[in-house]
Amino acid sequence: MNSQPTKEAASLRGVSFSYNGHRVLEGVDLRLEERDFAAVIGPNGGGKTTLLKILLGLLRPRSGKVLLFGESPERTAHLVGYVPQDIHANKHFPISALDVVLMGRLRPGRLFHRYSRDDHRAAEEALDRMEMWPERHKRMEELSGGQRQRVFIARALASNPRALFLDEPTASVDAMGQTDLYSHLKDLNEQITILVVTHDLMVLSSYVKSVICVNRSLIHHHAPEVTPDMLRLGYRCPVELLGHGHLPHRVLPCHGGPCCE
Amino acid sequence: MSEWLQLPFVQNALAGGILAGILCGIMGTYVVANRIAYLAGGIAHSAYGGVGLALFLGFSPLWGVLGFTLTGALIMGWLYLKERHRADTAIGVLWAFGMAVGVLLTDLTPGYNVDLMSYLFGSILTISRESLAAMAALIAAVLLFVALFYRDLAAVSYDDEFARVRGIPVTALQLLLIGAVALSVVVLIRVVGLILVIALLTIAPYMAEKRCRSLASMMVTAGLLNCVFALAGLWISIQFNVTSGAAIICVASLAYFAFVGGAALRRRA
Repeated sequence: MNSQPTKEAASLRGVSFSYNGHRVLEGVDLRLEERDFAAVIGPNGGGKTTLLKILLGLLRPRSGKVLLFGESPERTAHLVGYVPQDIHANKHFPISALDVVLMGRLRPGRLFHRYSRDDHRAAEEALDRMEMWPERHKRMEELSGGQRQRVFIARALASNPRALFLDEPTASVDAMGQTDLYSHLKDLNEQITILVVTHDLMVLSSYVKSVICVNRSLIHHHAPEVTPDMLRLGYRCPVELLGHGHLPHRVLPCHGGPCCE
Repeated sequence: MSEWLQLPFVQNALAGGILAGILCGIMGTYVVANRIAYLAGGIAHSAYGGVGLALFLGFSPLWGVLGFTLTGALIMGWLYLKERHRADTAIGVLWAFGMAVGVLLTDLTPGYNVDLMSYLFGSILTISRESLAAMAALIAAVLLFVALFYRDLAAVSYDDEFARVRGIPVTALQLLLIGAVALSVVVLIRVVGLILVIALLTIAPYMAEKRCRSLASMMVTAGLLNCVFALAGLWISIQFNVTSGAAIICVASLAYFAFVGGAALRRRA
């Protein structure tokens, strides 16, 4: 789509992944450019989170090649700010918001970590950016779902990442909070690449630049639209439903390419 | 009580209770924060297999228990790390298997009868100076380990995937932690018995977790609570001439029930 040559942030080539003999991804290709703001959509169990974890080197594909900033993700994952799903962490863990954000300052190749003045300054900036500095001494358990999510984003930002990968960041956030969150992300996107797994198709038209639909195979569409192919791939719902307002988006006609048969 | 305090075995028991309480306050903080109480239970119970093996083969029980428990702990830890949501069955099997092997091997050892109860509930009132020294040395080693890796262990305990993305050697640290839990269990079951070890590893840290803002403050709080439980339990044990380990566990459990009940009432109010 884009005529200007852009630098590549991440790519997958022929990547397959199985979980307990169940094929989750099959021969998937992807090229994510720097400064893209990509939404990953698709049905539950379709491989959205798996895709993210493969890009970060947390899961190893059965076959295929993964590059993150030109190298294997084991070497470059620390350049990405990762915002995992909220349900992942132990909710009652005794930790303050500030200490969570400081974890974003941990670096590879160093043990016996101590946080320096720079680390504290970066954590303060990140918390401030997410408007969570006043809550820094609260236990994570005392924060609302939306506040916790902001702390996780601040933790990801504290390392000054080149990209931000978020896994369903709005799952426990109310509608107001969602709009807030996405406008924050839009600001951040002026400097860094953003990849966000979402169920929320509302965000597509107003914030993102491209849409990645995953359901065992993958379609990457370089515009903030859901195409009929994606609907066939992702939701198996007839395109006519769109007319009834389930998805407030433009539907593109068939635009050629391998997935439009 | 005061005339009791003059007796050397009572002094040793008090020191043992305090040392066990501190060690379990530190390790229990990681056990509870990582939600691996079941894994710790499996490690502690399978250790009995080591007792039987050492008796049967005729070498020192300490080395038998140490080797057997560390091996078992690393197998269970590896299973747990690989398949967190499905490891509990495998841990349950190894838990039972370890104990059964221990019983069978002591049966097969001629002329030897181990009292299973002393293994389960320990005998804190007959604790030796050497055991106290071993516990003190282990506490020093554990404190050094925690001081060196405090930030890394906190990150791994809180969110291992994020820690891995940050480039922390997550699996190595998790196995070290599980190994440290196993080592503590080995030293402590000879002193206070495995049931008491599990109680000290879980009850006080659980109560502390609800109020603390950091793992360090959770360790201190849990350690202090454990010491209170141990001293109160020992006092009851001596006053009423009842089993010391069971008395300590009852004190700790009653405190836990009061804590949970109080929290429930406060939520309702």
